[in-house]
Amino acid sequence: MVHLASILRGFLTVLAVMLVSFPIATQADERDYISIVGSSTVYPFATVVAERFGTGTQYPTPIIESTGSGGGLKLFCAGIGVKHPDITNASRRIKQSEVDHCAKNGITGIVEIKFGYDGIVIANSIESGRFSLTRRDVFLALAKDVPSPDGSETLVPNPYNTWKEVNSELPDVAIRVLGPPPTSGTRDAFAELALEGGCKTFKWIKAIKKTDKKHYKSICHGIREDGAWVEAGENDNLIVQKLNADKDSLGVFGFSFLDQNSDQVQGSLVDGVAPEFENIADGSYVISRPLYFYVKSVHIDLIPGIREYVAEFTSDRAWGDDGYLVDKGMIPMPQAERSEFKTAAMNLRTVKLASN
Amino acid sequence: MSSVQIQQSKAVWESPQFKKRLKKRNAAELRFKYYGLGAVILGLIFVLSLFVSIAVNGFSSFWQTQAQIDIYFDPDTLNADDLAGANYGKLVKQAMYKQFPDVTKRNEKRELSRIISIGASFILQRMVINDPSLIGTTQTLWFPVDDEFDMLYKHDIGRNVESGAPSRLSINQIIWFDQMVDRGSIESRFNKTFFTAGDSREPELAGLRGALTGSFLMILVTLLISFPVGAAGACYLEEFAPRNKLTDLIEININNLAAVPSVVFGLLGLAVFINFFGLPRSVPLVGGLVLSLMTIPTIIIAGRAALRAIPPSIREGALALGASKTQTVMQEVVPLAMPGFLTGTIIGLAQALGETAPLLMIGMVAFIVDIPSGPLDPSTALPVQIFLWADSPERAFLEKTSGVILILLSLLITMNVVAVYLRRKFERRW
Repeated sequence: MVHLASILRGFLTVLAVMLVSFPIATQADERDYISIVGSSTVYPFATVVAERFGTGTQYPTPIIESTGSGGGLKLFCAGIGVKHPDITNASRRIKQSEVDHCAKNGITGIVEIKFGYDGIVIANSIESGRFSLTRRDVFLALAKDVPSPDGSETLVPNPYNTWKEVNSELPDVAIRVLGPPPTSGTRDAFAELALEGGCKTFKWIKAIKKTDKKHYKSICHGIREDGAWVEAGENDNLIVQKLNADKDSLGVFGFSFLDQNSDQVQGSLVDGVAPEFENIADGSYVISRPLYFYVKSVHIDLIPGIREYVAEFTSDRAWGDDGYLVDKGMIPMPQAERSEFKTAAMNLRTVKLASN
Repeated sequence: MSSVQIQQSKAVWESPQFKKRLKKRNAAELRFKYYGLGAVILGLIFVLSLFVSIAVNGFSSFWQTQAQIDIYFDPDTLNADDLAGANYGKLVKQAMYKQFPDVTKRNEKRELSRIISIGASFILQRMVINDPSLIGTTQTLWFPVDDEFDMLYKHDIGRNVESGAPSRLSINQIIWFDQMVDRGSIESRFNKTFFTAGDSREPELAGLRGALTGSFLMILVTLLISFPVGAAGACYLEEFAPRNKLTDLIEININNLAAVPSVVFGLLGLAVFINFFGLPRSVPLVGGLVLSLMTIPTIIIAGRAALRAIPPSIREGALALGASKTQTVMQEVVPLAMPGFLTGTIIGLAQALGETAPLLMIGMVAFIVDIPSGPLDPSTALPVQIFLWADSPERAFLEKTSGVILILLSLLITMNVVAVYLRRKFERRW
């Protein structure tokens, strides 16, 4: 059985060679594919563009990781070079702190491209009645602390158990809303657009914003933790399935999932407007947010195909009114906005945040 | 024994109290047996219902609804100078318009052309580039239909539009599709794409080959690293290492390592292999390295158990005949312990095959279309594909998800069966 010893020795040699060759392999390392990170909301759209780009051109298909908007910008801003991603997707605008972080690592040319909108819907099973909510109802039903029902200007821990208690026109069912966890951009946007939108309708809370912004934010963005809001994970399909099983609960997720499952779930009216394609596009459905991607302009000469990928993304057949992104549930921007961002993209215009 | 004693004890076991106690004890015995049996049956029911539900959901993913259409390779559309960039979608659309001459409105034409998957134009592109002589001919070809129609044909999803419910399909589309079904130009065929294509955002074009290749490369790297390291470690600790506090400490730590949650290994891999050694993200080499860290303790523990089971007489015999310590271990002990090593390795690898959490950290949870050709090409793995598809909005990905689960489960079962077989076949009892 001498050969067994030699096989083992062979294995060990291979291993030693591999260990030694690590640093060498990395020095010779070049990347010929575009590396994209970022928002899980943008992921379904960016992947379609990447796939069409890959099959339609001689460039390899870009690789897209779904890391969340914040995680993506962190990776994006970590440095320049093939090790770092070229593009990051975001379901919110880049923050000043992130621009600063980027600049600290030598990344100054960040090209911002807004490419469309995404609606956030509050839906329930089609076998139940359709809800018609106002943002104020949503805030009162889901916030951690709400203005005291006796009308005084004090906050009390959320006392409401059923929708009827919140608003006498709503059905008498227990408040149970399934939604994404705090790590999700959808959750941030929901808190900002729906909860804060309802919160602002209380004048005395709105007044706090001027004096104590932090306190205002904690009132308006805090979601109750007593079981009425159920964190259902990042998987929106799961929420749809759970809504089917539990007819009395509502779920919060992206419009594209409502669009794909319209035979099972229906979107509630918000401020009297249904979450339909046209309503989100013209802004009358208020819970919608812009979608962005950011390009590192120094990488354009480093990695082949970035310019062409951006061109594909900003082409009419992708983001146009009849484009394939619309097919996947994205809400397109108006023509004027499209041409503005198309020019920005072609001229590699660097992002400028208004100081607010 | 005197007759008095016998009579007395006989009196005891014939007494009603004794009989009652005996009955109680027998009942307890029986209950215990049934508890155990019940536990086994419950376990089996869970496993069986898991398998059945996945198989029921996933089986249909091995079939794809296809449509038969006559494609005229129009020389006007196909410019011989630019065959790659020609508008192949137009050929498909024209063929569809020809099948339904009544459809004239622009909107309706758009709806009509949606029935065929956009993959059709890629298929035509490949055909024409491979064989330009097709230009000018008419061919009868089968194309996959769009995923919405695949769902309609397989599960009747979307048909409720007729009752006024919202649906992604229009009534016209359903009528046209039904007409095609009546003409016999719609058929459910074996879904070759599922096994030959990489990932895609169009469910009808998505396949698991990229993930399968990625998993294979990753497991190969894991095997190449974890088996020699694990085996050498087990041999050293069991055969050579002195028994002292230090080796005790090492042993405790190896057992701890085997119980560390796998996502921690992912973080370690990110810090060491990607940030320190500078290896690229999303590649099977890094995935394999991370999974090796996870597999090595399993192999060491299984290997040591196997070595311990070899009776000392083997070693003593070899040493008595003049073999050195190394010769004894390598030529006598290790070959006898090999079935144990292999079983440990296979079970460790099967575990590694099903891991997603550590891969998340090193960027392997990503949308990757191109099929990897080596361990330094970006790729995903089978469990990652399940994770990604389960999260996709398109309804048709639901059955694809179950389809990959079926493939992954059958791989795992095969590996475990091989492990059991090896153990049965080569194991020696002393």
